[in-house]
Amino acid sequence: MPTQARKNEPHPSGDERYRAIDLTARKFKFEKDALLEVLNSAQETFGYLSRDILIYISNQLGVPMAQVYGVATFYHLFTFDPLGEHHCIVCTGTACHVKGADRIIAALSEAFGIQAGETTPDGVFSLTTARCLGSCGLAPVLVFDGSVSGKQTAEAASRRVQELLAREAA
Amino acid sequence: MKFAKIEELGRKEKARQAEFKRRIFCCTSTACLSAGAGATHQALKQALAAIGCDEKEAEIVQTGCMGLCSRGPLVRVETRQEDPVLYGYVDSEIAQAVVRGHVPVAEPASDGEAGQEPASAHDMLHFRAGRRSTARERIRKHVISLASPFFSKQVKIVLNEVGQIDPQVIEDYLAHGGYRALARVLEEMSPEQVCDEILASGLRGRGGAGFPTGQKWHYVRGERSDRKFVIVNGDEGDPGAYMDRTVMEDNPHRVLEGMLICAYAVGASSGYLYIRGEYPIAIDRIRKALIAARRKGLLGRSILGSDFSFTADIRIGAGAFVCGEETALIYSVEGKRGMPRMRPPYPSTSGLWDQPTVINNVETMACVPSIINHGAGWYAQIGTETSKGTKVFALAGQLKNTGLIEVPMGITLREIVFDIGGGVPNGRAFKAAQTGGPSGGCIPEAHLDTPVDYESLTTLGSIMGSGGLVIVDDQTRMPDFARFFIDFCVDESCGKCIPCRVGTVQIRSRLDKIIAGEAGPQDLVKLEALCQRVKTSSLCGLGQSAPNPVLSTLRYFRDEYEEMLA
Repeated sequence: MPTQARKNEPHPSGDERYRAIDLTARKFKFEKDALLEVLNSAQETFGYLSRDILIYISNQLGVPMAQVYGVATFYHLFTFDPLGEHHCIVCTGTACHVKGADRIIAALSEAFGIQAGETTPDGVFSLTTARCLGSCGLAPVLVFDGSVSGKQTAEAASRRVQELLAREAA
Repeated sequence: MKFAKIEELGRKEKARQAEFKRRIFCCTSTACLSAGAGATHQALKQALAAIGCDEKEAEIVQTGCMGLCSRGPLVRVETRQEDPVLYGYVDSEIAQAVVRGHVPVAEPASDGEAGQEPASAHDMLHFRAGRRSTARERIRKHVISLASPFFSKQVKIVLNEVGQIDPQVIEDYLAHGGYRALARVLEEMSPEQVCDEILASGLRGRGGAGFPTGQKWHYVRGERSDRKFVIVNGDEGDPGAYMDRTVMEDNPHRVLEGMLICAYAVGASSGYLYIRGEYPIAIDRIRKALIAARRKGLLGRSILGSDFSFTADIRIGAGAFVCGEETALIYSVEGKRGMPRMRPPYPSTSGLWDQPTVINNVETMACVPSIINHGAGWYAQIGTETSKGTKVFALAGQLKNTGLIEVPMGITLREIVFDIGGGVPNGRAFKAAQTGGPSGGCIPEAHLDTPVDYESLTTLGSIMGSGGLVIVDDQTRMPDFARFFIDFCVDESCGKCIPCRVGTVQIRSRLDKIIAGEAGPQDLVKLEALCQRVKTSSLCGLGQSAPNPVLSTLRYFRDEYEEMLA
């Protein structure tokens, strides 16, 4: 069972990133209600939630692992596998759907041999979808490595991603 | 701090702004940013610095959404004693031309005195004026008429200051009369009077369900409890909708002011703003707004010197559509799985941590300061018999003009689609207007003259919803479109109740069968019956409304389904 003393102990791996979890947990006085906030900060810091991270959070907050896992898997924002070095999010909101987001996903899937939600085996590129990015006026929209671009076409998007990756490799 | 002092800050800011001959507003909200507004803003600043004019000639202001997102990045120039000019598609190059075209080059003599100058200087001026007119020539075709129906048919209450102020500067909101309603409420009105005023205004919940806001406040006010909560619902999960995000990003203080007035009215001492994790800018702006408000004594203990105290904090949603449902949202704030529960008890009696809780949508809260400032009567005269005030819509899909609009209730869909939206582009034909996202329905051309209000849209088999309005043209096959929404609901169903968890999957597989051309006429009948069952027996709004896209397309576009039958 977790004790008050253990709560202040750093993660045995010495990985500094665990401190982000500690800080959030402390901000909420290690209350069980803070679970979602702590998961959010872990996702932000690590980019995904490994089993080890979930166990650590379970210990810190004194929340059973089953509950931590239950909450984490309920929400879409949490992911459990690391993403590739480069990440493309295609918006599949209604406006983007009407304007051909499916064709963009199909083009990217074909170009990289992965389905939406997957990462290439070499860990270079991940393709995911979002329900709505809220830039509907510029549909269809995609985000490549954090920068948003609107009014995309399947051909242009696929070409652009391949060019960027090629430049990276060169 | 007393309000007089705060008001003074607003006056100072107003005076500071008035010193500039012109103010150049650059939209830097999400849509314009994805069109490249970051570079536009930089270019405007650099161009102004390059001209080297007197610093009172012009100021560049980073502001929020100006509405016409499809022509972004947008830049508006407001020159003293002149009509404002709006420019669309402003890339870096056009941005430089906008500055050159409007701001005179640094010279002791201005254009008006040109006649008295000696010949050589006159030539110089002539040359500069020539450059200016070339710039003007260049930007002319980027001018968007502010007299066009896109703007003239709108009535702005919620979005009143959006696109006019710098959302990160509290003084700018104060300069536009911000927090005056809160001060008035604290000084002159009893909590009961505030609830009465909101009730009399006819304001209804803008999250989609349309429950009278004043009534909700009265319920919570009447509850006996030491701890009451206010939650602002900013979990805008509806695909195709971004009204709440825009308000939170571009005028966070209006939301906060509404929340404070609500808290005073119901007797709450703390509250939460629940914001979608997908909206990092909104989270950041609200966070900054909370800090600024705390510093000015607008949040915390003895607000504006009164005995009203209130603390507010942010909770970040982690991407679950169902959390827009109030009981699910409450569980999510408590750090649990966001699964709805049976009502009653309603949150007004047993909400957050089992205490009486008001939950209102962002847009609803943003209406409140205007109602207090201008009176319930003023608000109630806008709109229809049952639906008062204005509604913000995110206009998207196959339209010439897409973006964010605020229209009076009672406007017809035809006006929105053809006047404001400019009709369907590329010579295609209008097919349907989809309101309410995955919970709403498709409205065909024949019903476009229906006034937009809660009841009329429900009668048509759709809903008002939170404000997503997506237009599809004749290239969209309606069964495919219905499948898109059902697919969304399958994904987003929380799995608690069987009608929704299993029913939505069954609806989808039956639709797949129809789309694949393997279904017979009996499948259509079964599909309809299944939809009715899911609608009537689901636990929460998600399941109860999930069949709407299928039912409404079956109602108006049945022939398309029938054509697909084997």
